[in-house]
Amino acid sequence: MTFTLNDDQRMLKDTARDFFREQAPVTRLRKQRDERKNGRDPDLWREIAGLGLAGVIIPEEFGGVGLGYVALGAVLEESGRTLVASPLHSSALAGASALLLAGTDAQKQEWLPKIASGEVIATVAVDEGAHHAPAKSKLKFEGGKLTGEKKYVADGHIADLIIVAGADALYLVKADAAGVKRRELVTADSRGAADIAFEGAAAEKMNGGADVIDAILDRARIGLAAEMVGSASEAFEITSEYLKTRRQFGQVIGGFQALQHRAAKLFTDLELTRSCVLAALDALDRNANNVAEYASLAKARASETVHLASNEMVQLHGGIGMTDVHDAGLYLKRARATEALYGGASFHRDRYATLLGF
Amino acid sequence: MTQDLEAFRTETRAWLEANCPPSMRTPMTGEDDAVWGGRNYEFKNPEGKLWLERMAARGWTAPTWPAEYGGGGLSADENRVLQSELKKIGARPPLFSFGLWMLGPVLLEYANEEQKKEHLPKIVRGEIRWCQGYSEPGAGSDLAGLQTKCEDKGDHWLINGQKVWTSYANYADWCFCLVRTDTSVKHEGISFVLIDMTSKGVETRPIKLISGSSPFCETFFTDVNVPKHQMVGRLNGGWEIAKRLLQYERTNISGFGSNTRVDVVDLAKKHVGVEDGALEDRDLRARIAAHKMTERAYALSVQRATEEAKAGGNVSHMASMFKVAGATLNQDRCELMVEAAGNRALGWSGEGFSPDDIATTRGWLRSKGNSIEGGTTEINLNVVAKRVLGLRDTQ
Repeated sequence: MTFTLNDDQRMLKDTARDFFREQAPVTRLRKQRDERKNGRDPDLWREIAGLGLAGVIIPEEFGGVGLGYVALGAVLEESGRTLVASPLHSSALAGASALLLAGTDAQKQEWLPKIASGEVIATVAVDEGAHHAPAKSKLKFEGGKLTGEKKYVADGHIADLIIVAGADALYLVKADAAGVKRRELVTADSRGAADIAFEGAAAEKMNGGADVIDAILDRARIGLAAEMVGSASEAFEITSEYLKTRRQFGQVIGGFQALQHRAAKLFTDLELTRSCVLAALDALDRNANNVAEYASLAKARASETVHLASNEMVQLHGGIGMTDVHDAGLYLKRARATEALYGGASFHRDRYATLLGF
Repeated sequence: MTQDLEAFRTETRAWLEANCPPSMRTPMTGEDDAVWGGRNYEFKNPEGKLWLERMAARGWTAPTWPAEYGGGGLSADENRVLQSELKKIGARPPLFSFGLWMLGPVLLEYANEEQKKEHLPKIVRGEIRWCQGYSEPGAGSDLAGLQTKCEDKGDHWLINGQKVWTSYANYADWCFCLVRTDTSVKHEGISFVLIDMTSKGVETRPIKLISGSSPFCETFFTDVNVPKHQMVGRLNGGWEIAKRLLQYERTNISGFGSNTRVDVVDLAKKHVGVEDGALEDRDLRARIAAHKMTERAYALSVQRATEEAKAGGNVSHMASMFKVAGATLNQDRCELMVEAAGNRALGWSGEGFSPDDIATTRGWLRSKGNSIEGGTTEINLNVVAKRVLGLRDTQ
């Protein structure tokens, strides 16, 4: 197991960081929101893909750079820092993983190069109710037609390709196929999503059953946890800086022990969670046999940490943290969205206990 | 390089196979199984003595210390191999020792050649058992407020004062001790001396804890003469050494004294009951799962810090973070064990409760000290806030 990046991974992370800081700081999300784009920013996505970031886990034979999950995790962490609104997670990680693990040769040939180039945006549709419950899917597939309903599909409103998870099978559906009814959702995190009804939509069955679905979901969970650690880290650092500059009672408020201890506890929590996420990404690249454990560990802890970090960001900023002009609210809203996606802390604690045999 | 390591692994495995006695490959059943060494130590198990002697002869009680001071002279990579091979056969630590964990590392850094040659080999071999003279009745969290007086009497130091929370002082042969050599300043008036506990005027008195055990003592120094060469570092330069030693201490003691022979999950399965493979008490189950995650997160973080230290990162300041997290983790584990065992964990002594039950109860009580000893959680959070996060009291 390793926690440190190799040269290729380090270089990719630096590239991503520089690009996001310069081209997609939080002000870009704010602008998208104010212009009611609901997560649509094709120019940004083109640039991200142009840097090769949409094909990080896709092998070179399919047009990607084949650097693996640790590398993509590092990129996602950087994107989480500035709340980059792009289908990086949905398409470059979840969608690409689904095709890599469950795609037929023909499906891989057709879609992976387009995902790697950013030309096609893919997403994975899982949840059918208010909560993450992949095993309870009521999806039906008969005669090549898919019937059922998916809720709050991340980037579902801008996706070209929807990989739909049933209880024990996966299906590939083109977003513009007849029988695909999308209702765009305007979401609190300004990223947008879609409820999607499949009313006899033409679909291709993919390979694999429930275990492959689990493996794909685990990749999505770990990748999202990396993004969440990025957001939590940035929220913490912004807050920590504020404690060093905001003055009350004739001194900086970071001098007050009550606040020092809260900051120190949050930092400790963040570092413990970071270790879990790095270990989980590494487990994917190593093909470890306990990826499921790592995925639930990483996603549960990342959910708890980003929850705490975003709440503390608002509280420790005081009144300014409640205003729309400050970024705290943006971190808070994105935090809750990522917590819920692919299962929150409660879902993954339950799963972890089951995996550990109690 | 890698080939050398593989050769080292093969060699080590064969040596351990031949030299680790059978009973030393079984899990420890309690604190009584720990071998502490020292002049007056009575081995409860002759194989414990054999295991210590064999490991010490190779310097493997202190694998990374230089061979010239009795250590194993292993590189960090070789030590990792050794530790993994030890773990593989379930070998018990050959020696528990404050000398190994705390004093040795600072002697290597701060002591003169003569002091290193005198003390380090005896630590490696478990011949001398050390105790820590830090806290005083009036100097707990504010350790630098210590008052134990050390006067220059020309050819020797004269020491008068009282220490408290001196772990196992009643069994110790020597004490590493913080003393006041200048009363006009605070931190800059502290020195670090080594005191033979058989010196005239040294007296120890055990303190009974809420757990019923007495791992700590009050230690009194009355007109104790200490030879001049037993001061480590320069006169009034002890605080730097004291702080460095605390870093080693904090990475080693956060989980001391609790019942580790029973896993909380097994305990819960036994006493709470299982339905469809899951603990019947779903609320307790969720909290145990969260705890198990924290435990894993902590272990991974220690592993990460070790790797980053090896890569040249400065992680010494992280000791306080680990102390806080480790203490909380252990206390949570003990609380969950008591909750899981129900009234079975409310016994104190006698035949009505199993030794495991009583160990759970007493370990839980003992664990309350984890967030106090070696710097309270509050003091360590101060350290993290100031040194790691750069939050200053006044700016």
